[in-house]
Amino acid sequence: MQTILIIGANSAIAKALARIYAERQDRIYLLARNETALQEQKKDLEVRGAGSVDFALLDVNDFELHQQAIAQAVQTLGKIDLVLICHGSLPDQTRAEHDFEQIQHEFNTNALSVISLLTILSEQMIKQEHGCLAVITSVAGDRGRQSNYIYGSAKSAVSHYLAGLRGALHPHHVHVIDIKPGFVDTPMTQNIKKGFLWAQPEAVAQSIVKGISAGRNTIYVPGFWRYIMLIIGSIPEALFKRLKL
Amino acid sequence: MIKHTDKISGWGRYPSMQATILSPRNTAELSNHFKNTAAESFQGISRGLGRSYGDSSLAKNVIQTRHLDNFISFDDKDGVLCCNAGISLGTILDNFATRGWFLPVVPGTRFVTVGGAIASDVHGKNHHLDGCFSRHIVSLRLLLASGDVINCSESENSDIYHATCGGMGLTGVVTDATLQLRRISSAFVNQQSIKTHNLQECFDQIEAHNSAHYSVAWLDCMAQGEELGRALLFLGEHCPDAGRDERSKGGNTALNVPFTTPAMLLNRYSMRLFNRLYYKAAGQPGSSSRIHYKKYFFPLDSISNWNRLYGSRGFVQYQFVLPPETAYQGIHEVLSRITAAGKGSFLSVLKKFGETNANLLSFPTAGYTLTLDFKYEADLLPLLAHLDAIVLQYGGRLYLAKDARMSETVFKNSYPRWQEFATVREKIGATGVFTSLQSQRLGI
Repeated sequence: MQTILIIGANSAIAKALARIYAERQDRIYLLARNETALQEQKKDLEVRGAGSVDFALLDVNDFELHQQAIAQAVQTLGKIDLVLICHGSLPDQTRAEHDFEQIQHEFNTNALSVISLLTILSEQMIKQEHGCLAVITSVAGDRGRQSNYIYGSAKSAVSHYLAGLRGALHPHHVHVIDIKPGFVDTPMTQNIKKGFLWAQPEAVAQSIVKGISAGRNTIYVPGFWRYIMLIIGSIPEALFKRLKL
Repeated sequence: MIKHTDKISGWGRYPSMQATILSPRNTAELSNHFKNTAAESFQGISRGLGRSYGDSSLAKNVIQTRHLDNFISFDDKDGVLCCNAGISLGTILDNFATRGWFLPVVPGTRFVTVGGAIASDVHGKNHHLDGCFSRHIVSLRLLLASGDVINCSESENSDIYHATCGGMGLTGVVTDATLQLRRISSAFVNQQSIKTHNLQECFDQIEAHNSAHYSVAWLDCMAQGEELGRALLFLGEHCPDAGRDERSKGGNTALNVPFTTPAMLLNRYSMRLFNRLYYKAAGQPGSSSRIHYKKYFFPLDSISNWNRLYGSRGFVQYQFVLPPETAYQGIHEVLSRITAAGKGSFLSVLKKFGETNANLLSFPTAGYTLTLDFKYEADLLPLLAHLDAIVLQYGGRLYLAKDARMSETVFKNSYPRWQEFATVREKIGATGVFTSLQSQRLGI
């Protein structure tokens, strides 16, 4: 029976992940912004069999509250076996790219808040000499593309940070996982037309849980994105910059 | 509220239409939408997993309820489960069957939401003993056109309750339900199969085994002459003892039909061959086997998108019930008519129903029900109109959850309580607000 902290717990993928772990009777602590949604989520997870469900409110852009939020979670759970960082926001690229204030906000949400939380969590994990930090980034971080580079570069920063953190925490028996979803049908992507490459949050969550159990370093989900991104990555820049990808 | 447009259809993939789909993330969002929008401006219907076969959940505006899918509470002493109506029956069983609780009534697929099960007042292989889905509801919460959410049950707002169960979503949107689950000691079912050689023998055997908990007959609808109506009768009981494989959740869908197959693959020759082989392949007479509940109750669920096998034009399911005094004769005549027309159905199912309930538009009445699938072809609709006449003549009716083409006249002649239904809808402001292609076609 694990103890699990989920940050960005109201997100579609986080909801699906929480349900899988609840059915395993794990103890779960949720952090998110919407109190009503958290209350409903707590009841749902308890019916599904969670060992215990607690929650607190946190807006990840309130940086000064990170320390206290994590401390409270540790106090409730005792120790944390697994952290899932699932929050994120998808900006309108065309509107954001000329507005630095908006870009700064997106970087706060998608990169800096994640790094701030991981800085605090790493300390806890080192104290425990045990644990797993799993963060949802994106395939968009694999290569800068003109259609999505504000979001992509923020996610890429996190992936790069996670790679370094992985090595730094390895001697302490702490595992660091980079989860890279492709296209997922969630409220975050509601304005994008869907096609055959799109996955449902429940299926994505199943793959993530499998990947975490298997101790993977990077999880592309669905798996075929690893190969798509390999191909995208291999296109020479002289050609790539001319494509409208 | 999340909004997008898409092409939607029922499970038969006939008919289909473009719709604007609203996806509320919780009941409050949905309620506010109705409170803030002028009542006349919403015209449409709620939709769960889209398993009704025809146009019951088709409208220009559709409320997608799948995301209203939280469990609310469960009392493990008395088995009372409270949940949002967007949860599927499959999810409920996945979570509770291995804990020793089952849904007293399940339809032929587990991919139906609680709201959908209530809207169609679904029935299962045990209707003759346990009635419809609504018999096992403690209460439900219904969102009205005004945006208010009210409690409904046998004792509270009972007129609205009896209109809503079987009411095809036309009274409002069911947001939550409290269900009474039933204790089981095993996730497995003992199935017994009995081979019958003609329709009369099939009827006799169904009667002889009336006390079996689950009972349904698969008919070879292409058999003719003396063998007309020969069938395999499947009886079932929940296993009384837990076995070593009790933790097994039964697995998920094993096969998928990834694209629509050419309709000509399903023709009178392939159907006749399939029916003949299936009938022959049934095990030793009186044989018995221990089957996981997923395989016993939901055999078709193991093939994802099996509806694509009927081709791009889709198919029509035709299910009717006839009273006991005319059932044999009426079904005999229907089967003769179909074989004469050279039309066939892979899945012809015959079942005895128990008593009629008090819901205004609930389909099952005492008697026998026959279900048939027909590939959609140019000459199908006239044939079905002939079958309608036979059904009406013998005092029967069609199942709205399967219907894609019944006329207003046939409907109003066979569902005498439609006027009470219309009165209740008028009273709660649902008329003109909750409406589907089906309700427009049927004139309610």
